[in-house]
Amino acid sequence: MTRAAIAGVAESDLGAVAEGTTPVDLMAQASLRALADAGIDAAEVDGLFAASTQLPMATLNLGEYLRIAPRYSDATQVGGSSFVAHLQHAQAAITAGLCEVALIAYGSTQRLVGRAGASVQEVDPYEKPYAPMLPVSAYALAASRHMHEFGTTREQLAEVAVAARAWAALNPKAFKRDPLSVADVLEAPLVSDPLGVRDCCLVTDGGGAAVVTSLGRARAGRSAPVALLGAGEAHSHRHISSMPDLTVTAAVDSGRRAFTAAGLGPADVDVLELYDAFTITPLLFLEDLGFCAKGEGGTFVEGGRIAPGGEVALNTNGGGLSYCHPGMYGLLLIVEAVRQLRGEGGERQVPGAEVALVHGNGGVLSSQCTALLGTEATLS
Amino acid sequence: MDASPGARFATLWREGKLAYQWDPATASAVFYPRVGAGLEWRVSEGAGTVYATTVMRRRGEAPANLALIDLDEGFRMMSRVEGIAPEAVAIGMRVRVRYAGEVLTFEPAT
Repeated sequence: MTRAAIAGVAESDLGAVAEGTTPVDLMAQASLRALADAGIDAAEVDGLFAASTQLPMATLNLGEYLRIAPRYSDATQVGGSSFVAHLQHAQAAITAGLCEVALIAYGSTQRLVGRAGASVQEVDPYEKPYAPMLPVSAYALAASRHMHEFGTTREQLAEVAVAARAWAALNPKAFKRDPLSVADVLEAPLVSDPLGVRDCCLVTDGGGAAVVTSLGRARAGRSAPVALLGAGEAHSHRHISSMPDLTVTAAVDSGRRAFTAAGLGPADVDVLELYDAFTITPLLFLEDLGFCAKGEGGTFVEGGRIAPGGEVALNTNGGGLSYCHPGMYGLLLIVEAVRQLRGEGGERQVPGAEVALVHGNGGVLSSQCTALLGTEATLS
Repeated sequence: MDASPGARFATLWREGKLAYQWDPATASAVFYPRVGAGLEWRVSEGAGTVYATTVMRRRGEAPANLALIDLDEGFRMMSRVEGIAPEAVAIGMRVRVRYAGEVLTFEPAT
């Protein structure tokens, strides 16, 4: 396998974008910024990777807009985890000689056009009669089961939202930066019990992009390369009613695959970017990726342990809960991990971060994709 | 195929039967019904246990229950528990199918 590296990353405009902006505008804006960050010209891109609920043929839109005619195209759509999957797919394509410079991109205007319009849910005849509020009810069912089996509390879930907000306060690009307390989270209106509105991610516009190439080529670029140390994918179901065990996700498999490929373990990770669509998800992923035992996620996050200054640097940009959640959040996990490994985190920089774990989640806890990223120093 | 799995399931429900499938190869129940060689159609006794539950609070609407039910035959389905307040539905509660109406729902097994 060719050693792949991320040569450049960028966000598009985030939050609430100008009237008339399209998802392709944001995808392209992020792409051009990421290419500039990499010091690579758009004409050098020969592989396109994208996924979008608003653009079923997203790589075609991206190629047309940027006037790139790629020789390799991958629009794998596994929800919010797609872009972490694309990292591994890009590495495979580069290794196979199918492309040399891969551009992974995403853009969404779900705040502008409304969530219902941006993210059409397919109709399932066995779930439709019960009118589930998707995706939140699926995550609420998982939270109910976690609370029942392990005694996890709403206060522990709230700790996740409070820590995310504290990180967001250190990130000038975060959408919500005002203080948030456990009491605020508990007193917010319930949406789908036990999850209240502050247990749910933001609804924002936004996008991101990453440029992936061989480590050798990335070294010639403008920014310090971040190496892909290992990656793993797994999925277990499409519908929440078909998830085998609501307290155990396929992150068990994706995480094991990524750690094995990288020859690393949880103790080697300096910074974690875990998909936080709802407060229950980081708890599940901390357990399933091996950072604590099954059922101990709630205890793990107590007492500000994952907040700035805590023992564990988790979701250092403020996450989907407080920084940005444009329908699918996965690409922004990668952007933040790369920034941390380059030492560009500003006020929120984790000192000496050498290894980062990014974990994407898609569907209703359906698809799980994990990647380990590292500085060049980690390769020696 | 003569009838889709979904159509066959719906027809059986109209006859008052909760249908599921049995896979002899793995000796396990299968739900939702699907196309597959060797899958046998069976009818559930309609008794089960609440596996997970939530109360959905849509603006301007009454709170509504949503639950995953584990049927005694070994399969799980989405449904709702009726006849009690949505907040009173609890994990582990024994329930049974309500053989009434177009939508397949459950009620507490008293």
